[in-house]
Amino acid sequence: MLKQIEGSRAIAEAVALCRPEVICAYPITPQTHIVEALGEMVKKEEIEHCEFINVESEFAALSVAIGSSAAGARSYTATASQGILFMAEAVYNAAGLGLPIVMTIGNRAIGAPINIWNDHSDSMSMRDAGWIQLFAETNQEAADLHIQAFRLAEELSCPVMVCVDGFILTHAYDRVDIPTQQQVDAYLPRFEPVQILDVDEPVSIGAMVGPDAFFEVRYLQHHKQLMALDLIPRLADEFRQKFGRDAGGLIRSYRCDDAETIVVALGSLVGTIKDAVDGMREAGHRIGVVSICSFRPFPLAAVRAALVRAKRVVVVEKCFAVGIGGIVSDGVRKALAGSQVPTYTAIAGLGGRPVTQKSLVGLFESAQGDALEQLNFLDLKRDVVEREIARGRKQRRAGPSAEAILRDLRALRSGIPLGAA
Amino acid sequence: MTQQPVKFYQTGTFTVGNRLLPGDERAVQANMRRTNSLNSGHRACQGCGEALGARYAIDAAMQATGNRVIAINATGCLEVFSTPYPETSWQIPWMHSLFGNAAAVAAGVAAALRIKGGKGAKVIAQGGDGGTTDIGFGCLSGMFERNDDVLYICYDNEAYMNTGVQRSSATPPAARTATTMSVGRHPGNVFGTGKNVPLIAMAHHIPYVATASVANLRDLEAKVTRAMGVSGARYIHIHVPCPLGWGSQPADTIKIARLAVESGLFPLFEAVDGEVTARYQLRRRVPVEDYLRLQRRFAHLFGATPDTQTIAAIQAMADRNVRTFGLEAA
Ligand SMILES: Cc1ncc(C[n+]2csc(CCOP(=O)(O)OP(=O)(O)O)c2C)c(N)n1
Ligand code: SF4
Ligand SMILES: [Mg+2]
Repeated sequence: MLKQIEGSRAIAEAVALCRPEVICAYPITPQTHIVEALGEMVKKEEIEHCEFINVESEFAALSVAIGSSAAGARSYTATASQGILFMAEAVYNAAGLGLPIVMTIGNRAIGAPINIWNDHSDSMSMRDAGWIQLFAETNQEAADLHIQAFRLAEELSCPVMVCVDGFILTHAYDRVDIPTQQQVDAYLPRFEPVQILDVDEPVSIGAMVGPDAFFEVRYLQHHKQLMALDLIPRLADEFRQKFGRDAGGLIRSYRCDDAETIVVALGSLVGTIKDAVDGMREAGHRIGVVSICSFRPFPLAAVRAALVRAKRVVVVEKCFAVGIGGIVSDGVRKALAGSQVPTYTAIAGLGGRPVTQKSLVGLFESAQGDALEQLNFLDLKRDVVEREIARGRKQRRAGPSAEAILRDLRALRSGIPLGAA
Repeated sequence: MTQQPVKFYQTGTFTVGNRLLPGDERAVQANMRRTNSLNSGHRACQGCGEALGARYAIDAAMQATGNRVIAINATGCLEVFSTPYPETSWQIPWMHSLFGNAAAVAAGVAAALRIKGGKGAKVIAQGGDGGTTDIGFGCLSGMFERNDDVLYICYDNEAYMNTGVQRSSATPPAARTATTMSVGRHPGNVFGTGKNVPLIAMAHHIPYVATASVANLRDLEAKVTRAMGVSGARYIHIHVPCPLGWGSQPADTIKIARLAVESGLFPLFEAVDGEVTARYQLRRRVPVEDYLRLQRRFAHLFGATPDTQTIAAIQAMADRNVRTFGLEAA
């Protein structure tokens, strides 16, 4: 049914249709609306046979899900930002134990400085934990990916994160087609666990494993991800047949056929980039965009096939590996290994900094002239950075830089000369 | 007919003479049908109080539930010595997730059992003092506060044994550990204010809290049995000497545990809904010195010139326990 609803609500309704049995959560912006809605649905018994557990931390939230999943219940949680860091140990643990938990990440920056706005630092910090990571481009896809995620997780016995841009998607009201229960039931079978804590067939799960076998256990996690490379497109195909629309898959190409410049991005940013690309196409530029939905497993072959004929690639990413640069572009460069395609990285939108079409077009035009550095920072206020560096050089006890920069910006806005504060 | 007085306790040990009891009153471990839930062949040290306590506790829980126990284990000695892959000593469904989350994982299992029927299974979470009183404390309090249907058992050997005997918040004052060495002007652990987790558990008004000791295994079994008959969050804190960490003789494990109880340092009690309902009355009170002397972790108190001041301070702790818990018959 078509509804004009908030992204969080759409996600909650999709999760509810998946018949979760245990939902646990700890509140953090911008995830709150999702779990509030689910809590209400459980309380009203709109979701049958489901426990909603309010826990005391994200570490407990995922730990409860680990327990309930191991005991055979379809388990769901959601978090963001500081929350995923607080549960980090359990994130690795859930994957190591092979528990098919589904978790929504309302993508948000990581402090300090504390910041509630969108970027991808949070889920990226867990990119090597053994979870599958799917990024949603729109609210429709955010809802649909959850339905695919439970199926994917349970077929592989591997946890799945659905990454949804905080505020930009979670808090945006949009038209979303919410499927019927029958449709979802026909797509998502009952959860048949591969391992379960059962008093009639006792097993030990999570035993101590030494050098003789740890390597193999860890390799099997990689094997699951390789299997996911096949399964994700198949599930997306089946989804298209049953629901009549596209969602998920490994990657999607837009106006790439004859493109000389191809932009790569994840999540809602792809929408903005498509608009920029449309404008540039009208002006005769041969430019397209590849959106990566499956960041883990990283679809090396599909990315290579999509990019290898381009003259250049620009990866625009909302995350930043401090000390080296891009994270998504690392994967893209691996995919293009041995080819001559130059790959530029643009770090953009950190901490919710708007990524505007104007800036993007500027970036892409520079790329077309191959006038970019390998590592670029879109709309970084260089002058502010320079002033702060200079200030720090002048005095040893320079104080906290975040506060200093805010003071500096305020002074700029109010016209009071610098240093007068 | 002349009556012959039955002596239930063997002289000197206070151990119940099982054979003198009717069959249904005998200890779970005395029963041929005990489940050996934590089977022999594990790799605990000789004289490990934790291995002994876990064996008695889980077998008692099994008997109380018709063999329907699922256990969630925190990281620590018990987890490590019982499951070096691919061997496991556990004869029950058992899972280890992390060091600090056993209570939360168990809460998740309990939730799943509630939703899925669960074949009448009951959940036990278990961990060492470190996994309980320190790193797992948040999850534990959450589980208490929600009154999740879980029995949490803490095996208290008063330090982080698995990592090589470092101090935990359950380490007693003056005790030597690898991070509170017996050097300097105040050797051993600090005299802090202590952290009494059984009392903290009671402050959550959960239905059942008890302390127990491997010195009184029949009592331990009875408490576990009682706990398994109750729904909601329950907590049992078991004092388990560790020969390796305490520097004691493996053969002295029970004796040392008993001295802890009989000196008043480790009071045995039960509490229902946050109120103490029963306490073990000391039979033959002993000075703390008798307890301390058998452990090398306190050896620095008994050098050429004994540290009478510190010993007196520890005695004062025991005296306070005796007063506040009413351990001595009036
Ligand atoms: C998050 C985390 N921190 C530290 C450790 C290391 N560690 C493993 S077991 C352990 C000590 C366990 O002590 P306790 O809970 O008292 O159990 P015991 O071994 O004494 O029975 C420690 C510190 C860990 N596994 N995980
Ligand atoms: S170190 Fe202590 S607790 Fe650990 S196995 Fe040995 S005796 Fe038991
Ligand atoms: Mg310990």
